[in-house]
Amino acid sequence: MTADVPTYLDGNAAAGALREIFAVDLTAAIGECVGCGRVGVFAEARLYVDAPGLVARCQSCDHVLLRVVTTPTDTYLDLRGLTYLRLPTSP
Amino acid sequence: MERTAVRRRLTWQVGTVSEIREETATARTIVLDVPEWPGHLAGQHLDVRLTAPDGYHASRSYSIASAWTGETIDLTVEQVPEGEVSPYLVEVLKVGDPLEVRGPVGGWFVWKPEQPGPIQLIGGGSGVVPLMAMLRAHAEAASTAPARLLYSVRRPTSVIYVNDLKKLAASDDVDLKFVYTREAPPGEPRIGRIDADILSKAAFQPEDEPTTYVCGPTPFVETVADLLVAAGHDPARVRTERFGPTGGSR
Repeated sequence: MTADVPTYLDGNAAAGALREIFAVDLTAAIGECVGCGRVGVFAEARLYVDAPGLVARCQSCDHVLLRVVTTPTDTYLDLRGLTYLRLPTSP
Repeated sequence: MERTAVRRRLTWQVGTVSEIREETATARTIVLDVPEWPGHLAGQHLDVRLTAPDGYHASRSYSIASAWTGETIDLTVEQVPEGEVSPYLVEVLKVGDPLEVRGPVGGWFVWKPEQPGPIQLIGGGSGVVPLMAMLRAHAEAASTAPARLLYSVRRPTSVIYVNDLKKLAASDDVDLKFVYTREAPPGEPRIGRIDADILSKAAFQPEDEPTTYVCGPTPFVETVADLLVAAGHDPARVRTERFGPTGGSR
């Protein structure tokens, strides 16, 4: 085992799964963490891809920001860890 | 009022492998022809999905290596030992085969030609792939924004795109520096990782106001990003993309 090697990626790797649900890219959106109030780009969040589905956690406090789980029939989206997401308004 | 373009959710589509180029002993470039491809920005990626006969899916995200010129897309895939997807892409897939893809995706780790200021690219291993797309887009757009690539590799034979990189570096606006971590070519005395000293000599400094793109395995990216911030770079101008053997990216 190599426990010292981080097992997470970052929010960039969730882009495909999120674009299947949303019509715009969310990885460049600014979000606020419910846990610690950190405001940052979603792409910089820690992303765990070896859980069932995807789990994004805050890079400061490790609070769960977002989960996406796809089953053969449905996709579950849990956004409870984000107070808000800010996206640029389309021109 | 005119109707704006309809934004659609992304779905899977089937591309065809039109060419394969061996890059190193463990990495190859797969050229894909995807009929409905809408074009992409340098740094964006796409997801590849493999389906087993029993319906089991495995998908992975790969950076696009080419600038969009209206025709094909290059993916460069480094084989991950015991990976679920990369061994198939590196060892089995051949010209003429179909490949299911979804993309382009990602809007953060991207470079646009109209973006102001110098571009600092820092790649570790196959983390060079999206940075290569940026250099190719830079050349394609005839951009005069100064660009520097700092590329950390184990040994000379691990360098991906060696010939293309040398061609791109012939431009006055592009600077290339290799950092060897295990074995260096003759005449290069230094073996070791990227550190504060190399960043102070070979990279743009905070007062140059570069946008910095760091891509590689998670520990590489975090070390380099921390060094940059410690050297006075504005964290908001340091964009990162991590990949690893756990499966998400590459």
